[in-house]
Amino acid sequence: MLELSKHILDIAENSIRAGCRKVLITVIEDLKADTLTLEISDDGKGMNGDEIERALDPFYTTKKVRRVGLGLPMLKLAAELTGGSFRMDSQEGRGTTVNVTFGHSHIDRQPLGDVGLTMVSLIIGSPQVDFVYTHKKNGRQYRLDTRDIRRELGDVPIEHVEVLSLIRSDIDQGMRDLSATE
Amino acid sequence: MAKLTIEDLKKIKEKVHIDTALREGGARVKVTVHMGTCGIASGAREVLDALMNVIAEDGVSDVAVTTSGCMGLCSREPLVTVEVIGKEPIKYEYMNPNKMRQVFKRHIIKGEIQTPFVLAKGAEIVK
Repeated sequence: MLELSKHILDIAENSIRAGCRKVLITVIEDLKADTLTLEISDDGKGMNGDEIERALDPFYTTKKVRRVGLGLPMLKLAAELTGGSFRMDSQEGRGTTVNVTFGHSHIDRQPLGDVGLTMVSLIIGSPQVDFVYTHKKNGRQYRLDTRDIRRELGDVPIEHVEVLSLIRSDIDQGMRDLSATE
Repeated sequence: MAKLTIEDLKKIKEKVHIDTALREGGARVKVTVHMGTCGIASGAREVLDALMNVIAEDGVSDVAVTTSGCMGLCSREPLVTVEVIGKEPIKYEYMNPNKMRQVFKRHIIKGEIQTPFVLAKGAEIVK
């Protein structure tokens, strides 16, 4: 994975496969502490003790079509390469939370990449799931909640091309506003 | 912070209602971009982006786009399945944004299967 936003897409796909109704994605860039924290939290079916222990084993997967499962191990590696940390909490029947911290200025820290494209990809694949993206940086905050958008849209599907392009430009603008220096 | 205004959404709502009124029936073609870890790492997200853009440019409204997980052929990712409703699904391998645009213009619009990119015909069977 070359971008953090691709990790976000990958891990959120796990949430969707766990049958969640809602995924909370939070990015906090703390420039003073020089950290970037990424948290992905879902209300899916969660994991039992055995699954939690084996989730970080690259040769463990719940799928039948192949024998490797690299999503979580790659995210953990990416975080640890930057002097960061990886934490995962899961409760059976309640959901799973993955929390990773990266060294913000570390040369091996992947760029955030195209968050808008990641969110749009998630919505196309699972229009019935609610996504909340929150990003904090420089004391400012950007937030996108698909529940708010859905409420306004009424009977128009959220995965409609026009809606998606609006969501994407909103995220792009939001990211620019967060990084603006003034 | 968000610039998404209620007004923008209302405009879309009106426009979509007009479009839907003009078109009868559901999707004519279903396109699936495989989005497992393997697909994402090899560029499936960019393939999906190219597909969305070309659909928006062309203004077609009878193409349904969705994503799915890995089907076990990770070395041939990015994979895209094109199913013209009523015909056998076609799986394309080693896709990229350029190939995706070509498949859209030739296969999805004109119905010509792009044989050089084809991996297989038919649906996968998961044992």
